[in-house]
Amino acid sequence: MIAFLIKRLMHAFVVMFVISVISFAIQSNLGDPIQQMVGQSVPESQRAELREELGLNDSFLVQYGRFATNALQGDFGYSYFFNEPTTEVIQRHLPATLELVIAATLIIVVFSVPIGVYCAIRPRSALSRFFMSVSIIGISIPVFLTAIMLIQLFAIGVDFSPFPAETGWGQWLNGLLSTEGGMPSYGRGNDLTHLFGTWDSNFFSLDGLTYLVLPAVSLASIMLPLFIRLIRAEMLEVLQSEYVKFATAKGISLKRIYFVHALKNTMLPVITVGGVQLGTMVAYTILTETVFQWPGMGLMFLEAIQRSDIPLIVTYLMIVGLIFVVTNTLVDLIYGLVNPTVKLTGKPA
Amino acid sequence: MIDKKTLLASLLGASVVLPLPALAQDSSSDSDPVTLRMAYDADPVSLDIHEQLSGGILQLSHLTHDPLVRWTKDVKFEPRLATDWERIDDTTMRFTLRDGVTFHTGNDFTAKDVVWTINRLKRSADFKAIFDPIASATAIDEHTVEIKTHKPYPLVLNLATYIFPMDSEYYSGETEDGDPKDEIVKNGDSFASRNSSGTGPYEVVSRQQGVKIVFERFDNYWDKDSPGNVDRLVLTPIGENATRVSALLSGDVDFIAPVPPNDLERVRADKNVELTTMSGTRIILMQLNQKRVEAFEDPRVRKAFNYAVNQQAIADRLMKGFATPAAQLSPKGYDGYNDSLEPRYDVEKAKELMKEAGYEDGFSVSMMAPNNRYVNDAKIAQAVATMLSRINVDVDLKTLPKAQYWGEFDDRAADIMMIGWHADTEDSANLFQYLTECPDPETGAGQYNAANYCNPELDEKVAQANVETDRAKRAEMLQAVEQALYDDAAFMPLHWQDLAWAAKKNVKLEPVVNVMNFPYLGDLVVEQ
Repeated sequence: MIAFLIKRLMHAFVVMFVISVISFAIQSNLGDPIQQMVGQSVPESQRAELREELGLNDSFLVQYGRFATNALQGDFGYSYFFNEPTTEVIQRHLPATLELVIAATLIIVVFSVPIGVYCAIRPRSALSRFFMSVSIIGISIPVFLTAIMLIQLFAIGVDFSPFPAETGWGQWLNGLLSTEGGMPSYGRGNDLTHLFGTWDSNFFSLDGLTYLVLPAVSLASIMLPLFIRLIRAEMLEVLQSEYVKFATAKGISLKRIYFVHALKNTMLPVITVGGVQLGTMVAYTILTETVFQWPGMGLMFLEAIQRSDIPLIVTYLMIVGLIFVVTNTLVDLIYGLVNPTVKLTGKPA
Repeated sequence: MIDKKTLLASLLGASVVLPLPALAQDSSSDSDPVTLRMAYDADPVSLDIHEQLSGGILQLSHLTHDPLVRWTKDVKFEPRLATDWERIDDTTMRFTLRDGVTFHTGNDFTAKDVVWTINRLKRSADFKAIFDPIASATAIDEHTVEIKTHKPYPLVLNLATYIFPMDSEYYSGETEDGDPKDEIVKNGDSFASRNSSGTGPYEVVSRQQGVKIVFERFDNYWDKDSPGNVDRLVLTPIGENATRVSALLSGDVDFIAPVPPNDLERVRADKNVELTTMSGTRIILMQLNQKRVEAFEDPRVRKAFNYAVNQQAIADRLMKGFATPAAQLSPKGYDGYNDSLEPRYDVEKAKELMKEAGYEDGFSVSMMAPNNRYVNDAKIAQAVATMLSRINVDVDLKTLPKAQYWGEFDDRAADIMMIGWHADTEDSANLFQYLTECPDPETGAGQYNAANYCNPELDEKVAQANVETDRAKRAEMLQAVEQALYDDAAFMPLHWQDLAWAAKKNVKLEPVVNVMNFPYLGDLVVEQ
């Protein structure tokens, strides 16, 4: 266990080192940060001065060496735009992203498990077929499109009236097709609950929750169908296995077979995939956050790219790398708990 | 609520007189407080109005501060903190200041604040260049200031629109860390970037960069005649165009700017929302680099390029009528605007000129344009490239995000480059100095002249105009320069970008908008 963690820690260092080198190497292609900082009429001489001041004229190795030395001491530099240490900027933006990911994860867990199991138990029922075809659509539509459609439907509202509005039934059908709108379409809301430090939460007020709904649904829109299909496929396979047949022959109630014996084994690969996808979801927030102007890390990162805010870009990439390493480590640990036959260090049992 | 109070307290810092208690009695006495929620594409980078010369900062300046004079809708001057001004001699201008004006801290506004502000402007990297002509500012008495220029300078009033007096007493001294409170820091923390005291209609009560800024109406605002009735302003930056429009259509915000051209029709069609547009002053043009392409040294080829491009079609179809086709740099209202110049479009004529110049079979050129800087910039470049193919010019077009584009622009990396320019001084001479004068790294002339066009005679004329204080004479000189540039086809003018704002029906935007693209929100009326 300890050996495993130490190994992972070293992995993390290697990953972060590689990420920092790569993000540093591409910075010259990210544009000139000076251009973003000064007005149009500032003469070249002053730009040169500022460039020198920021150390942008030094060679790649000198710049990287300076960065790495400071970074090892916990100083990742100042954001050009926020005029603050990048770690503080990210700390401020992190809670918003984490809350969005938590909300989306909740949606995924709550819906994917029952639907996936149902589709496996009754593969031929009309409802299962419906779920399967909807999930294909869900996987195929990109997140930002889902987001924009959600905004149009539930924030702005749509007025469809293909049926005659004079008649009672027409009005009723039109009403079914049209949407009211009124859901908030941007930002985190005004009534947040302060938890600690930089963490303000959406989860403890009605206002906060309404602001969370649309972004969380669109973030979940890709993963949810994926997990429904994954759980269904795994469950179908498990239901074919010998021990399930044996349990059935033994006369154990179907309920117990499905939810105690089969589901447990179904969840093993789901946990692995889920852990990896959790990391991916942090990356997906870039799109969702941009469309909903959600003030999290994703939006911050995209804007940092537009502003050539190099220190912030590098720090963000390293932190995302760290999140990937940590989630993968946690997944491996949990996997070991769920399935004791798996040995973490990889030695034969 | 807690953080709001502490922020307000820290904002007002050491000042003893808190204007807060007065809030309940005055201003919106008879009705509920009026809140305006607005969304811009970006928020100001700092509270220090001298840190950057940009639209966002100027918008902020008009909220928290007041200029000496400001532009009206038809590009004239309107007195603000200066009530009167007169020219004493060729190099001196005397301003009479408004009496009874107080800063947000309660300090009185006097001539020494104006002098202090001008001196600080001359130190600011971004404002230094445009304030260069000013030699000194002196306080004659409490309410009179004299501004002296090095040479006779006709644009003192134009500069006065940038003088937003700051509370000199508040910004004097040192912070706890020992930094001077008046320092201007581009990349880093400074007292002025987090604290503000001006004379403007609004005070900042809370600010979370990139998320939102909340302003509240200043109770002791001097302009009691202002019809403005908004008590609270909440500014949220929404960078994504579609989201900004959605926020307005769904009623989450009351006012947005800018309105993306692709959504103009959608906004116009919505019955709860009103679209306000007006002709802008930002010129979009293409520069033909004579240093890179020999053919561009021939005025006939440059003219042929101009004849080949259909500006009207770009303005109508691509820009959806959201642009005014241009034949010169100066927009209407500027002194240099020459109303006899018309866009040329005649493909046959263009072909003829190419033939004359010996390029009947055309040639290949490279072109670069940004793809997120100006309205529809990449599409415009594509349209121009297609139009040029009709005179057998083969264009290799590359479009880049603005962050990368300007580096390429500085390197003059393509034969044809796109640029948009808005004169900080709202004056034609600024356009010539940056875009058409012979490039000279020493003086900074022609800093954005990627055409490498050089005509010393015209530069001389512009220099003369810049010391001519008789406005009529000066206008004549500048118009002659426009004419000469047109005859020489020094560049390919495309259009002036229009400005657009959109707001809910009860927000009366129309009276407060102006060519500067920052509505005077202090005077904004929101009907209840």
